[in-house]
Amino acid sequence: MTRINVTVDGVSYSDDVEPRTLLVHYLRERLGKTGTVVGCDTSNCGACTVHLDGQSVKSCNVLAVQADGRAVTTIEGLAQDGQLHAVQQAFHECHALQCGFCTPGMIMQAVDLLNENPNPSEEEIRLGLEGNLCRCTGYHNIVRAVQTAAGGAQ
Amino acid sequence: MTVTEAPAEGTREIGNARRRKEDQRLITGRTKWTDNIQLPGMLHLAMVRSPFAHAKITGIDTSAAKTAPNVVAVLTGKDVAEEQGVLANAWPITADQVAPVHPPIAVDRATFAGEVVAVVIARSAAEARDAAELVDVDYEELPAALDLKEAAEDKVLAHPDLGTNKSALWVFNSADAGTGGNVEEAIDEARQNGVLIEREYRQQRLIPAFMEPRSVVVDPTGEQLTMWSATQIPHILRYLLAATTGVPESKIRVIAPDVGGGFGGKLQSTPEEWITWLAARRTGKPVKYTETRSESLMAGHHGRDQWQRLTLAATKDGTVTGLKVDLLADLGSYVSLVGGGVPVLGAFMFNAIYKFPAYHFQVQTVLTNKTWTDAYRGAGRPEATFAIERLMDELADELGVDPLEIREKNWIKHEEFPFTTVAGLEYDSGNYEAATAKARELFGYDELRAEQKRRRESGDPVQLGIGVSTFTEMCGLAPSRVLGQLSYGAGGWEHASVRMLPTGKVEVVTGTSPHGQGHETAWSQIVADRLGVAFEDVEVLHGDTQISHKGLDSYGSRSLVVGGEALVRAADKVVEKAKPIAAHLLEASVDDIEFKDGTFGVRGTDKGVAIGELAAAAFTGHNLPDGVEPTLDSDATYDPVNFSYPHGTHLCAVEIDTETGGVKMRKYVAVDDVGVVVNPLIVEGQVHGGLVQGIAQALWEEAVHDEFGTLVSASFVDYLVPTAADTISFDLDHTSTPSTTNSLGTKGVGEAGTIASTPAVVNAVVDALRPWGVHDVRMPCTPERIWKAIQGGGKEPTEGEAMPHFDESAVADRSKGAVE
Repeated sequence: MTRINVTVDGVSYSDDVEPRTLLVHYLRERLGKTGTVVGCDTSNCGACTVHLDGQSVKSCNVLAVQADGRAVTTIEGLAQDGQLHAVQQAFHECHALQCGFCTPGMIMQAVDLLNENPNPSEEEIRLGLEGNLCRCTGYHNIVRAVQTAAGGAQ
Repeated sequence: MTVTEAPAEGTREIGNARRRKEDQRLITGRTKWTDNIQLPGMLHLAMVRSPFAHAKITGIDTSAAKTAPNVVAVLTGKDVAEEQGVLANAWPITADQVAPVHPPIAVDRATFAGEVVAVVIARSAAEARDAAELVDVDYEELPAALDLKEAAEDKVLAHPDLGTNKSALWVFNSADAGTGGNVEEAIDEARQNGVLIEREYRQQRLIPAFMEPRSVVVDPTGEQLTMWSATQIPHILRYLLAATTGVPESKIRVIAPDVGGGFGGKLQSTPEEWITWLAARRTGKPVKYTETRSESLMAGHHGRDQWQRLTLAATKDGTVTGLKVDLLADLGSYVSLVGGGVPVLGAFMFNAIYKFPAYHFQVQTVLTNKTWTDAYRGAGRPEATFAIERLMDELADELGVDPLEIREKNWIKHEEFPFTTVAGLEYDSGNYEAATAKARELFGYDELRAEQKRRRESGDPVQLGIGVSTFTEMCGLAPSRVLGQLSYGAGGWEHASVRMLPTGKVEVVTGTSPHGQGHETAWSQIVADRLGVAFEDVEVLHGDTQISHKGLDSYGSRSLVVGGEALVRAADKVVEKAKPIAAHLLEASVDDIEFKDGTFGVRGTDKGVAIGELAAAAFTGHNLPDGVEPTLDSDATYDPVNFSYPHGTHLCAVEIDTETGGVKMRKYVAVDDVGVVVNPLIVEGQVHGGLVQGIAQALWEEAVHDEFGTLVSASFVDYLVPTAADTISFDLDHTSTPSTTNSLGTKGVGEAGTIASTPAVVNAVVDALRPWGVHDVRMPCTPERIWKAIQGGGKEPTEGEAMPHFDESAVADRSKGAVE
């Protein structure tokens, strides 16, 4: 067991974890942060995407011990003071989700994409979301949502 | 899109692009997926799966696994053979269908690579998985039936004890059914004096690949055993658990919480559900099992997997005269819940929108040593639509006319509805001309044809292909009487309840079980209009058999057209129940009571009482007319009178780099007629997602097995679910001919995009390659296959088409020449 200190969605946690524990399992099983989900076992789907010190990572591809001393933001910590993040709001407005399983990862990735490139072209959005799979929407409305969020941020 | 415009009186909500009620919890991570559930003392499962496609289990040593840390038990098929129940086939398509018994855990023989042969129960999922590695299984490998065509010849038996791989032969003949003529006569005539198009197409094996892996939790600690499952079918699941495991139905509660997509892939009763059920009953503890993605791809049911031998007869002027369809369908190693019924759902759709005077269909279902197949978005109808839309393009090419022209010549005209087809269905409404005209304009059809011509003439290395699909489909499953005639094991009705709460709020209980479709929003819109209450005041409950006690769940684009009609009828009953109470309170005759926009008024006066006040009056019961029940709550069970027939015209343009075989989609236009639209936002979303799944079949996805029967596309590295970077934005529009078979005039939309798009894309690919003499490229149309088709001058991938269709000796090895 290894002791880690990690801040998740603004709350500090101190836990002993098995070194092999994946960050996503730590979040879900130890902290009850079930908003972040597991969709595959090859880090292809991106459903588990969270921010580690403000940058998107696939939390199935990060060990919990690697988060020691760092800050994690999940979908559950994105809204501030009851106000949805602009990307969350845009996903709702543009009907960019159906079953919603990919949505947490998709939103976290979209936020990261817009942090890096506040005015992306459609092509840049599509490439920026390439690591996140959605089976319901055909991506059409997800792209619209990211465009909408980008426009709203200006 | 704005939501502020006030629609016409009485339809304030229907047609409104309401943002979904479901979204809030999904965009903030406050979700209830099955895998999120944690119960006190919960145990976890890991499956031990066969690495062999076909093998005798000669021994299982579980001793090392049993002594691993925190392992509670290890169970093999032999240990539980008497108590594990079986997995049912609900649709034996013929009386003499051959079907192996399907045990949840294989007892003495593994029949596909991925089948469960033992299960480890441990205190954590990680410990269960660790211990599963320690289970030592001795196998004696058996020859495996893998290739569909070879399996159909019984060269190697998937189940030696059955003596054959042939499960069922199902036939429809329009001459026998009295719905049309003799197709052989039409073919003979065409062979001598007309045009005969003979083709063989492959429907590759696909994987539904819903994003939420299947998960199941069973809690045996209450008076009722409770199962949470990531399923499309909680009600059917409850029935099947009772029917096959000996637990009374009244002691079973099934809950489908938030479910992350299904696409038919969760229309199943699974070995994993039965094993979790068993483990919970054995241990007396709550038990959870969540599959990995690899397990999901390997052992969750697959879809499609057919060979289609097709003969279309026509006159020289392009009028179709007959269609003969001969299918081989791969069931995999068991006949699954709907199983052989999937190709039968396609049987009525090959004739599509065209006026064939003669039709013959047959399907031979075949057992193989591969993952079982079952419903995948469209289920039978994409296969049919692909075949006919490809054939219509081939006919157009043969005659040298535009593919839209040949369709128009043969389709049912709008004034001919209702129209009884050669397959015996009555299409209630449609307007193929209108949808096509709109699509043509939106697409810029003539301009793109001109560009195609220019590129061909200039020898541009990047060629343009234009693909057409003028599809219809049958959905809204289904009239119970028809299902009975087809030997399906259940009905096709749906149930709804409307509860009028004393505070004026409304609870709606539906028997449909949404997993992404937005029923909470759409059903609220329907009830808001019907009862004149606020959209926000309606709460839609579903997916828990203790709350929604009656239903047949969601699949086959049935929820709105069947479940929505049940809801309309339940709401109308509320109004009828309220009228005597309104009359009493208003001191008027019931005959004078009018209901409009949520208020009961007295004809010719300005007196009125709101429906919410009547709900409160019923609740207190203080002042009701004599003999009137103190409630407005109502329910309805609706059995549809017909299927639903959405249609549309889809046009696709692709650019093909003839030097590399690379395909780039340039434009995709879909004009769908789904009747009256309840929520345009949701409908568009259904079409977008459907399109991409159909396009993915055309271009990317295929479940591939190696020569040993191992699924080699068993991860998202190898199974190519498209990404945002692979796809484009779509151009959608609608025409609307209201359905005449339900009150709202709606038609199904869940599967339409998938059904329509596959042939549109392949037609576009082939269209681009026609100058090279190419008539077919097998799906998925990979750059390699396209490049080879170009290099082969059309010979290789189209080998099947040149062959005499009914010469069996020539058919035997036709697959060898096709481009793999």
